[in-house]
Amino acid sequence: MNALLEDLKDAAAAAFFALLVFGPFIGLRLTDNDSGNLGISTRPEGLVLAVIGVFVARLAILAWGRHRPAKLATQMGVQAQKAGKFLAPAVLVFAVLMPLTPGLPNAYIDLGVLIMTYVMLGWGLNIVVGLAGLLDLGYVAFYAVGAYSFALISTTFGLGFWECLPIAGILAAFWGMCLGFPVLRLRGDYLAIVTLAFGEIIRLVITNWVSLTGGPNGLLGMPQPTLFGLKFSMVGGPGTFAGFFGITPAPWQREAFLYYVILLLALLTNWVTMRLRRQPLGRAWEALREDEIACRSLGINVRNTKLTAFAIGAFFGGFAGCFFSARQGFISPDSFTFIESATVLAIVVLGGAGSQFGVVLAACVMIGVPQMLQSLQIYRMLIFGIALVLIMVVRPRGFISTRRPTIALGKAKSIGADLVAQGRG
Amino acid sequence: MTVLAVTDLTMRFGGLTAVNDVSFSAERGDITAVIGPNGAGKTTLFNCITGFYKPTVGSIVVSPEVGKIVQLEKLPGHAIARKGKVARTFQNIRLFGGMTVLENLMVAQHNALQSATGFGVLGILGIGGYRAAERRAVELAKHWLEQTDLLDRADDPAGALPYGAQRRLEIARAMCTEPALLCLDEPAAGLNPRESAGLNELLLKIRGGGCSLLLIEHDMGVVMKISDHIVVLDHGKKIADGTPAAIRTNPAVIAAYLGEGDEDDPDAPVAESAA
Repeated sequence: MNALLEDLKDAAAAAFFALLVFGPFIGLRLTDNDSGNLGISTRPEGLVLAVIGVFVARLAILAWGRHRPAKLATQMGVQAQKAGKFLAPAVLVFAVLMPLTPGLPNAYIDLGVLIMTYVMLGWGLNIVVGLAGLLDLGYVAFYAVGAYSFALISTTFGLGFWECLPIAGILAAFWGMCLGFPVLRLRGDYLAIVTLAFGEIIRLVITNWVSLTGGPNGLLGMPQPTLFGLKFSMVGGPGTFAGFFGITPAPWQREAFLYYVILLLALLTNWVTMRLRRQPLGRAWEALREDEIACRSLGINVRNTKLTAFAIGAFFGGFAGCFFSARQGFISPDSFTFIESATVLAIVVLGGAGSQFGVVLAACVMIGVPQMLQSLQIYRMLIFGIALVLIMVVRPRGFISTRRPTIALGKAKSIGADLVAQGRG
Repeated sequence: MTVLAVTDLTMRFGGLTAVNDVSFSAERGDITAVIGPNGAGKTTLFNCITGFYKPTVGSIVVSPEVGKIVQLEKLPGHAIARKGKVARTFQNIRLFGGMTVLENLMVAQHNALQSATGFGVLGILGIGGYRAAERRAVELAKHWLEQTDLLDRADDPAGALPYGAQRRLEIARAMCTEPALLCLDEPAAGLNPRESAGLNELLLKIRGGGCSLLLIEHDMGVVMKISDHIVVLDHGKKIADGTPAAIRTNPAVIAAYLGEGDEDDPDAPVAESAA
């Protein structure tokens, strides 16, 4: 009985604050009266609905918290783990077969390419944030370096996509090291701020170095990726994909090809990360996240280990940037704003830092859901925001928060999130 | 045969002199204990030896093997474990809590394993000698898990072990770097008498394996039973240096622990200050 009374009090307080907040926003309304002046009218019914809604929702949350305690969250974790075993291969099969579905609209393949790009970026950033525990808010810088490397090298030296891909990756890794050196001594918030600044510096240099990068006007005329030299052209003819296989050229062929290119690059990222995790370097990254001082006492070179994390993460960011540039055929500084870094970081955190499959789920949610909800128009971002808040309430450490050991004498048991450190940079 | 020689070591933090002109040496194959009241500068001394602080003045020379010497104060912190073969544990246990017991021991063998991966490239491709190197590393880890009685917990996260087991694991992890000198910062702190007796046995076993030990300890039961040599610090200065029997009756030591003019039996008040 006491508990109920407390809940009611709490919910009433919440409703009161809702009244304060929503009072001006929903209760009042700016109107344009006939004489051309602005007037204010009231909208009491909307306000009452909102306040009652908050009251009921708060009561429901409290009741839920009381009757279904933390057990549910652990249960969900175990289930997600179990499901992950079957789900991951199933998602892979789906991802491979998706573009081949007959009659699939091009827009879906396009969305697939977009999601896949973010999956790849998420996997790249996961090395830095999830494994090494270094908070990087400027990951978009390496994406930009990759994209502009490809655009400049291909147009200046006439090289194709595949030749430029490793160059773009190496250049991005180089800039990753350049960022890594000055920030090595920083931790936590300070590291985050400097990486954020680095991302902005790269964007501002690109914007202002007009003679090289074209400034805000961007760059054009990059070549499309080819399949062993075969181009994708709407006209057909010799030397093109359609001409070589003797089929009618269609737009979906190019889309599907781009999709498989990014799928391949993303899987490469995943494979390298998974292998590295089971190696001394990957274990040293995770150990660094757990305790840097202990690492030093064991003879691990902390500086070099952090630098490799930055460099390898940046390398795959550069790959993704190179692909993005080739796919768009046009790049400008607008594509490399802070919001991109934030989105990729949100994907990593939402997925559960360190979890590869979590990144896939989170990328589908973060990129796919807003696109799917487009028909809801203005409510789209509201629903999206509420969904994100709910996810973080139910699973505060991300979709998949447990950690798999990299080596075991007997049967490997996954480790609960409460034991795994998040890293302080 | 000296394994560690500390000469004229001084460490100042601004106006505070934590270690003041301390010289001592530790013999190879001995257990050398550093004791002293709280704030005597024991942990600062340890941090100088293990490279976490750079001493203001003085030299620290370690001999990882017979006929070879390394100047520790000139090495960067991470090279001390590799070149100086000095390993340490911490007063507040520092394990990789989210990693399994076995993983903790694998991280300790990072340098040996990393050189087998060919800058990581061969390891990723799964060629070269990495597999054999990893098998050897697992064998070494298993050896120390057996010695520390943790073999059945090998696949459990280190953070979930009970306190005594975490202490033992930290020692096992340090031993996996194959050190010539193991520095233990209060290994018996917080252990019950049974665990403490087990620790004594373990330390003697480690000494039997050819590794020299340097330990800070408050628990006189441990210190008097197993040390071959004791160094006493007070207010940053060395006040005594000798065998356990000599230290027990040294008037300067008794004065430092009990205050001037009191009589013998340093055990009781020392045990109280162990927290």
